[in-house]
Amino acid sequence: MRRVAIAGVGHTDIMFDSPKTEVEMFAEAAMDAINESNLKPNDIQAINCGNALGDFSEGQGMVQSYIADDIGCFNVPATRFESACASATLGIRDAAMWVASGQYDIVLAGGTEKATAMGTPLATRTFAMGEDSRYDSPSGMTFPGFFAMLAHLYCSRYNIPLEKLKEQMAMVSVQSHHYGVNNPHAQFKKERTVEQVLSSFMIASPLQLFDCCPFSDGAAAVVVASEDVAKKLTDKPVYIVGTGQASAGKMSAQYKYLPRIRAREVSVKQAYDMAGLGPEDIDICELHDCFSIASIIAVESLGFADFGHGGELWEKGETKIGSKIPVNISGGLKSKGHPIGATGASQTYEIVKQLRGELVDQGRQVEGARVGLVDTLGGDGLSCNLILKAD
Amino acid sequence: MEYKLTFREYSESLKRDKLLGLKCSNCQTITCPPKMTCQECGGTDLEVTELSGKGKIVTYTVIYVAPEGRENESPYAVVLVELEEGPWITGNLIDIDPARVGMELIGRQVKLGHKVFSGDKYSDGDAARPLFSFAD
Ligand SMILES: [Zn+2]
Repeated sequence: MRRVAIAGVGHTDIMFDSPKTEVEMFAEAAMDAINESNLKPNDIQAINCGNALGDFSEGQGMVQSYIADDIGCFNVPATRFESACASATLGIRDAAMWVASGQYDIVLAGGTEKATAMGTPLATRTFAMGEDSRYDSPSGMTFPGFFAMLAHLYCSRYNIPLEKLKEQMAMVSVQSHHYGVNNPHAQFKKERTVEQVLSSFMIASPLQLFDCCPFSDGAAAVVVASEDVAKKLTDKPVYIVGTGQASAGKMSAQYKYLPRIRAREVSVKQAYDMAGLGPEDIDICELHDCFSIASIIAVESLGFADFGHGGELWEKGETKIGSKIPVNISGGLKSKGHPIGATGASQTYEIVKQLRGELVDQGRQVEGARVGLVDTLGGDGLSCNLILKAD
Repeated sequence: MEYKLTFREYSESLKRDKLLGLKCSNCQTITCPPKMTCQECGGTDLEVTELSGKGKIVTYTVIYVAPEGRENESPYAVVLVELEEGPWITGNLIDIDPARVGMELIGRQVKLGHKVFSGDKYSDGDAARPLFSFAD
């Protein structure tokens, strides 16, 4: 298999109530990625587009095909990836495999989403489609509800008082908002305090409003190319050196592992093994903080903290720039926003920027970062990870 | 290979307060909700079996922001229950004040009833769901 690199990246602003369509948002991010790679649309041999809920938000299926035509990649094979929040990450991972195999030299991968067009009730309904529709949803389960249940289970399993966990969770949100202030693409550029998080209204106990990521609109895209091609296109290729992906059963079927997410542990091990790296080698991580508790669970699965101790990383400031493992310096899903079908590409965009050293002006650069980890969760367990490396 | 216990059969049975699961002849594990294969060993030699409907709460949440069409039901409690026979299932908890419950719920013994979710335009019909109440 050939080495594969990201040659260029693009990212729209993430916002509430975008005036643009999903195709238009993707086209903007895609053209930025193509231009940055010094390519033309007709150089793109295939497109992988993450999109979860376009059928409901715009009444638009088959968005991938219209995207290909819109950006002038006429008649290329275009494939939609639907895996809820992990859609775009899967698209990038498959693009990397196609290029590594020699099938294609240059693939455009990314995602687009316009969730805010649905309004909160329909968005809550459709986000819950990432759970089991027959055995979980009839109880009125929501997506926050899944992580809310994990939070209570976490307290019970690890014998942590709920008040203590809630405070750690609030610190996660506070840090995300802190870094989001300096991300020009972020949906929220506003500091929050622990007190504000803990006094926001209840969504699904114990998760309050500021424990939860927002509904968002946005798109992001990357150009994936073989090493030979990428070296000709850019002097800063960022290599995809490890990938992993795993599926999961419905919430109740994961009973032996919860609150651990077994699929994430399987997925990230694949990525570490493929890269020949471990958690100690990661300089920067963008992880799936759809809810504050999700971050705490994630750092444990990814190998950055012992089980039951994830929240201590935020307590001790070890997730900040210059510390043990900088996490979600983009502002994360919480502050940057969570356009679900695009989120994996947005995370990848951020890691590429970090590994190229291009965030100094924004005051968010992790100095000397050479290896980054992308972690995306889809629905109630499906996981995908990418390890990126600068030469 | 034919599905041994479909959702429709499971749901219709639950409407009569009978909780059905599958017993694996290979490893004796009880799988519930039903699937094609044993949750433990992946085996397909499964027998439909009626479960007691008794268990204990392992975790819960109270939903305040409900999905479209169910706003009038909130706040309501969703629980994960570990059944006597081993598996976990999702249901609602009743006979409580949802706004006043907390971590003391975890470990409480519960027994099974049911309620039918009448369905919405995305749900392919109705669905019975477990409705738990305290047994202790
Ligand atoms: Zn078995």
